Amino acid sequence: MAGPALAVLGLPFAAFVLLAGVPPLRRRGRLAGALSIAAVAGALGVALDLWRRGIRVEARWTWIPADGGPVASVGVLVDELSAAMLVLVTGISFLVQVYSLSYLDAEPPPALGRYYAYQALFAFSMLGLVLAPGFLQMFVFWELVGLCSYLLIGYWYARPAAARAAVKAFWVTKLGDLGFVVGIVMLWGATGTFDFAPLFALAARGGLPAEGLGAILLLVYLGAVGKSAQVPLHVWLPDAMEGPTPVSALIHAATMVTAGVFLVTRAMPLFALAPDVLALVGWVGAITAFLAATMACVEDDIKRVLAYSTVSQLGYMMAAAGAGAPEAGFGHLLTHGVFKALLFLAAGAVIHALGTNDIFRMGGLFGAMWQTGTAFVVGSLALAGVWPLAGFFSKEAVLAGVLAGGRPGPFLLLAVTTFLTAFYMFRVVFVAFLGRPHPGAHPHEAPVLMTGPLWVLIALTVGLGARAAGDGTAAAHGPGWLAPLSLGLAAAGVLLAWAMYRRQAPAALRLAGLLAPLAFVARKRYGLDALYAAAYRGAILGLSLVVGWVDRYVVDGLVNLWSALTLRGGDLLRRVQSGRAQDYVYGVAFGVLVLFLWAQWVMR
Amino acid sequence: MGLHAYLGLAAVVFAVGLFGVLTRRNAIGILLGIELMLNAVNINLAAFTRFHGDPTGLVFALFTIAITVAEVGVGLAIVIAIFRVRRTVEADHLTLLRG
Repeated sequence: MAGPALAVLGLPFAAFVLLAGVPPLRRRGRLAGALSIAAVAGALGVALDLWRRGIRVEARWTWIPADGGPVASVGVLVDELSAAMLVLVTGISFLVQVYSLSYLDAEPPPALGRYYAYQALFAFSMLGLVLAPGFLQMFVFWELVGLCSYLLIGYWYARPAAARAAVKAFWVTKLGDLGFVVGIVMLWGATGTFDFAPLFALAARGGLPAEGLGAILLLVYLGAVGKSAQVPLHVWLPDAMEGPTPVSALIHAATMVTAGVFLVTRAMPLFALAPDVLALVGWVGAITAFLAATMACVEDDIKRVLAYSTVSQLGYMMAAAGAGAPEAGFGHLLTHGVFKALLFLAAGAVIHALGTNDIFRMGGLFGAMWQTGTAFVVGSLALAGVWPLAGFFSKEAVLAGVLAGGRPGPFLLLAVTTFLTAFYMFRVVFVAFLGRPHPGAHPHEAPVLMTGPLWVLIALTVGLGARAAGDGTAAAHGPGWLAPLSLGLAAAGVLLAWAMYRRQAPAALRLAGLLAPLAFVARKRYGLDALYAAAYRGAILGLSLVVGWVDRYVVDGLVNLWSALTLRGGDLLRRVQSGRAQDYVYGVAFGVLVLFLWAQWVMR
Repeated sequence: MGLHAYLGLAAVVFAVGLFGVLTRRNAIGILLGIELMLNAVNINLAAFTRFHGDPTGLVFALFTIAITVAEVGVGLAIVIAIFRVRRTVEADHLTLLRG
């Protein structure tokens, strides 16, 4: 029964092994891409089949055997959660890889082959994480995902900014991963197993030790904070924009950042036992959503706006999970994956056409590239939560879940964020896609390999929303005033963006003037990046100072001391050698005398 | 006269030779000092032969004389060679080995 799940996992892995192990194939570039795309397409087909038929599989094999049962096991676990994730991951991977063929057409073939090898590995890692039946396997793939994001963010490794961003992403997420691994080992120490099924059974029976569980889950949650870019470990995500745009789409929509939310959702039976940790998850999520939204409002880089919006939406998902409504957060993860991929791919088409990321150097793009423009507007509407697109229903569910969970504080923050979301997305729409064309820009529509995935994603965004509307599931969520409230907030955000950037109404401009100090602080990213940089620099410099001192004065000092002793000793002894034969004879005669006297003394 | 008188004479000759070797500045003077020291040894050997009735000492004395002759030959040759190069045989000036 585990066959199809293993096939989903094995196809991208086979593609990666082929591309990594057969250099001639890799150097062909587009052929390598075709191979990887075919593998992911196959995985997508199998995953769709698994999801549609609702197959439930759990298979585990012993990994580390021991006397009292296996210490660790590997396997696959397919349920509603992982089946949906499988479809999302393979689907987005497939579309992104097709899109990349055109987006990266200027790359030399060997580099393109390398790109597709990483892409295949990325898909494999994320699928392995999703299918993991235990914390240990999840952690292994978790780290693989981190490695792949490092490789892809640093794909243009010759650019210093890209190399720095890749290292930053790696380090910041590792900080969280440290907590994760310590947490699962502590959990293993308390229960003796890494696997979900026995752990959840224990949790249901109340067999878990109450004390210490909070600390363990807090550590596990730390891993999710790093991966899912929650405050204060969100700093790597905006910088990860240095990678190629399709990579950003993949990281933000399907892989990497969703891993944290998936982890919390998966481990919800455990988190449910620690209400304090859940409350923290909820608050951190809400604060993340709000702060990231404010930072998105002042960004000029189209990709960074989207990056902060991802951070913000991840905050929504975590807030839902923290309020005890993980299914709402997970639903938002799925719909967000679709329309965020749509937004990123549309932004990629714009960047590909114009060669700039600055929205103020775009303008009037709708005329030149109506397909991309449509995609971006549909994505923005979905992200802003406008009926009847997919984002409306999932965001509605999150808000209802948070409210039902009895968390008015996070709910208020999230409601304000809804307004901000609509504002910053339509700021981009009004500035870049409507308005007057920028004189220096010569936009042109993207080729069909790029618009094709866009249309697929538009259809999915609309289709998912239409299905939710048709189901009438929207009515099941929350009190009656919730939908009008969130729609009203979204509309207000769009209106404000329109007034400020399209009409440039005096009242709106006065408001902007009033908020200038806030905008300044947000533009500085609340000083967090600077703080980290200073702390990092301080730590490195401090350590270097100590190491430098030890090296200079202790290590070098010893060496220098010995050399000085040798030199001085040689200098002293040198004076003995006068070069006159008679002095030596004196020495010999004196020596004989001493020997003679010594012999006399001994004989006596 | 007993053995001690000969040994005393030999000691005096040896000391005179050593003194010459140590104090002479002229290379030829130093060679002369070495000769004196060697001859002091010969006196000792001859005296022991005479008083112990063992001819081995005489054999050694003969060897010493022969080797002394060779030594003087080689030594003087070295001195001449040095003189040709350095135009001096003063030992104080021959300090090439100074450290």
